[in-house]
Amino acid sequence: EGAPVSLVRARWLQSVVISVTPSRALVDETFRVAVQNLPPGSPVTLHSLHRSEDEDLWEAFGHYVSDSRGTVSVADDFSFGGTYTGKEAMGLLWSMSPVPGSREGLRLRKKNVCIPQLVNISVYGGHVEEGFGERLPLASTLTERWHLGPGVRRIEISERGVRGTLFIPPGPGPFPGMLDMWGGGGGLLEYRSALLASHGYASLALEYFTAGELKSADKEFSYFETAFNIVREHPQVIPDRVGLFGLSLGSLMASYLAAESSVIEPRCCVCVSGGHLYPRGANLQQLFRAYSSHSHKLRVDEHNREIWRSINLPIPEDLSQKLDVGKINCPMLLVNGIDDQNWPTVECAEDMAHMMRAAGKEHLLTRIEYPDAGHLIEPPYSPHSRATKFIKDVILLWGGQTKPHADAQEDSWRNILAFLQKHLYCTQNPKAKM
Amino acid sequence: FGLWSTKMFQEKKRCCVKLSVHPSRGLMDEKFTVLVQNVLPGFQLTVYAFYKCEGGYSWEAFAHYTASATGAVNVSEDPSRGGTYSGVEPMGLMWSLRPVPGSKSGLRMRKMNVQTPMEVTISVYQGHLTEGFVDQVPLAAVVVERWYMAPGVRRIPITEGGLTATLFLPSGPGPFPGLLDLWGGGGKLVEYRAALLASHGIAAMALDYLTPQITKETGKMVDYEYFEAAYRVLEQHPQILGSRIAMLGLSFGTSVTLRMAVYSQVIKLRCAVCISGSHVQPIDGSHLFVFSLLSFFSNADKTRFNEEQHVIWRDLLMPIPTDASLKVDVGRLRCPLLLVVGEDDQNWPSYESAMDEMMQRAGNEHLLTVLSYPNAGHLIEPPFTPSARASAFKTISNTPQTVMVLWGGEPVAHSVAQEDSWRKTLVFLRVNLYGGSQPGAKMKNLL
Repeated sequence: EGAPVSLVRARWLQSVVISVTPSRALVDETFRVAVQNLPPGSPVTLHSLHRSEDEDLWEAFGHYVSDSRGTVSVADDFSFGGTYTGKEAMGLLWSMSPVPGSREGLRLRKKNVCIPQLVNISVYGGHVEEGFGERLPLASTLTERWHLGPGVRRIEISERGVRGTLFIPPGPGPFPGMLDMWGGGGGLLEYRSALLASHGYASLALEYFTAGELKSADKEFSYFETAFNIVREHPQVIPDRVGLFGLSLGSLMASYLAAESSVIEPRCCVCVSGGHLYPRGANLQQLFRAYSSHSHKLRVDEHNREIWRSINLPIPEDLSQKLDVGKINCPMLLVNGIDDQNWPTVECAEDMAHMMRAAGKEHLLTRIEYPDAGHLIEPPYSPHSRATKFIKDVILLWGGQTKPHADAQEDSWRNILAFLQKHLYCTQNPKAKM
Repeated sequence: FGLWSTKMFQEKKRCCVKLSVHPSRGLMDEKFTVLVQNVLPGFQLTVYAFYKCEGGYSWEAFAHYTASATGAVNVSEDPSRGGTYSGVEPMGLMWSLRPVPGSKSGLRMRKMNVQTPMEVTISVYQGHLTEGFVDQVPLAAVVVERWYMAPGVRRIPITEGGLTATLFLPSGPGPFPGLLDLWGGGGKLVEYRAALLASHGIAAMALDYLTPQITKETGKMVDYEYFEAAYRVLEQHPQILGSRIAMLGLSFGTSVTLRMAVYSQVIKLRCAVCISGSHVQPIDGSHLFVFSLLSFFSNADKTRFNEEQHVIWRDLLMPIPTDASLKVDVGRLRCPLLLVVGEDDQNWPSYESAMDEMMQRAGNEHLLTVLSYPNAGHLIEPPFTPSARASAFKTISNTPQTVMVLWGGEPVAHSVAQEDSWRKTLVFLRVNLYGGSQPGAKMKNLL
């Protein structure tokens, strides 16, 4: 009584404690964010802040009210406002977006997997909507999010003309293997392979054309087969347990290999946001030329963002424009977003199912489709971007709404790991063996 | 054919066994869960931990388990049937680590570089093995990182004012309560406990007061001014709350802590923690007390040896004197004091010192909390690292010598003491440093 408000606040300020458990985790692990020593029933804002490798700032926040003991637990309490609402343990990560004033069309992707993603988690007094940078938080703490688990080895591959990075899990092995392919942006992205290795798969992140340089995509089919064999022949890989994992263009390549290769036999295939539209006998350059020939069908939305989805619709009847998926002999998991604005992935999946059914192969196919999810279905808790810069200054609309897309990432990753476990780990019942 | 099919079978079996440790990256004082899955029910296996310390020595721990009806072993819930620990011990793989057979004797595990984690390999082997782990291929193995520094903790070397110290600031804007962290008679700048305290929200400074740069250069031991300078660095730091500073000392560090807490005109402590030490020391009004303490504690007549010729120094201060000039007048303490003692301490008579009723007679015993642990030894450290019943110790003197010192303590009881006392120490510090404006409140719920 009589003490200046700032002093009273300062005394209160001193004891607020915020914790994130675990403080160091893999990117697909959940955490618990808790605040203690608040006055009971006080409105507070939980805030996350991340500075990307490109020096952009990303943030998310939720509005909470402390309980009678003066605590807030993000995993157990409801957010009443902010970039996410409801009971969302991981909302502070998946609902992140670039801070106001940022460059347009940003996408968050980890380049150097050997160091973690650092996220600052803070608590502010009151329900704050903006200007976090100008305020002093009551408390804050740093948490590390890793793609690379302890003991996972990273090996740069540059042999037989193949470029990529191989990640081997810790332990004696041998391990099932994976060939991991990204999409039309090109370059070498290691983060998904690092994560797969952290889950026990020796995974090769493959570079098959230079980032942003579609013209450099001159690889022939044999390039991918050689890459697959590099994994298969590694002393710590079980040769008959190597799978394929692809997203977008990479997914198309995975399906192509599964259907057409006479050299390699993938054990199983995970296809995220892919399709089967591929002129038979074409190489990558010819594929792109075929797509370009439809570019008159390109649409843009009201923000001038390109919608590529309609370029290849309707799905052609002509079999020579499609992969012969009836020739696939391994289990396939197709993961797609129903709101994909970049590729007609659901229509393709429907047609693939039809073709495989005709060939008696439907039992190999598992399709999962998520309402209001977009094209870029990535490992869980990574932020959703409805549209981002693709190559040069073109902004592509990927689709998806943030919360359903985040749910799709979390659910699909769980399904993907279970699928891989089933087909690459215990394919036999050990009880039967004994 | 038989060998090939066995290898194929083993490969298939190895391929199925799933080993996981959560968290895979944790703080040194956090528990982890070790889970083995996808083995046959009733399968006999050995869980094995391996660590190569900074000195290049190999340490190992292992335990024998039998898989449940669901084909799993959970180290946190299932009993070990033998190995370096038995029974249900979630962290047994850490605290029962011991040097591998054939190692040099007298080793003690201490991490000096706290900026990197301790990397422990945890594996699972078929059968109940007790040796020859290196020659066998495990079914699976993972690496676990154990950190002294939480993310965002900042490590700041301090050399101003002639100090040899390291300050650890917690993550966040602060301001934070502060703490001066003192180790014992072995000297050196030992950072790990201060790093861990900062990971719990306390700005902690590890201080080298026996072998600091200034002593190496001048040959003179430090005095009151040195500790007061360290205190001032904390008090004046913009991110530290000057009115909320504590001191924590172990062994010889207790002697310093109690001396400063009572007699320094500069140091005003919010609370103090004294581990495995004593208030017995000559009080002669001189500030050159470190030097005189070292002499006082070198009474060779009362040194004893056990059957293995390990040095027992606990009798040097026994019996606890009644002469007031030989004890810190703890009746004059004005801040809460937590004493942590092991009843099997063979190095200092810490239990007997704690039982000396000076504070009761002076009427300030409401400030005192004593945690006394049966069968625990002298080196009561943060939990989940191995303790040594005896280890090689290099004395600080003009003619330093290395002797095998008996610390005491039975491994299981000592590990329990470390886990329990650390938790209670953190609560004590949190209540007194973060809590409200009643510094004299007794820790009712500590006991």
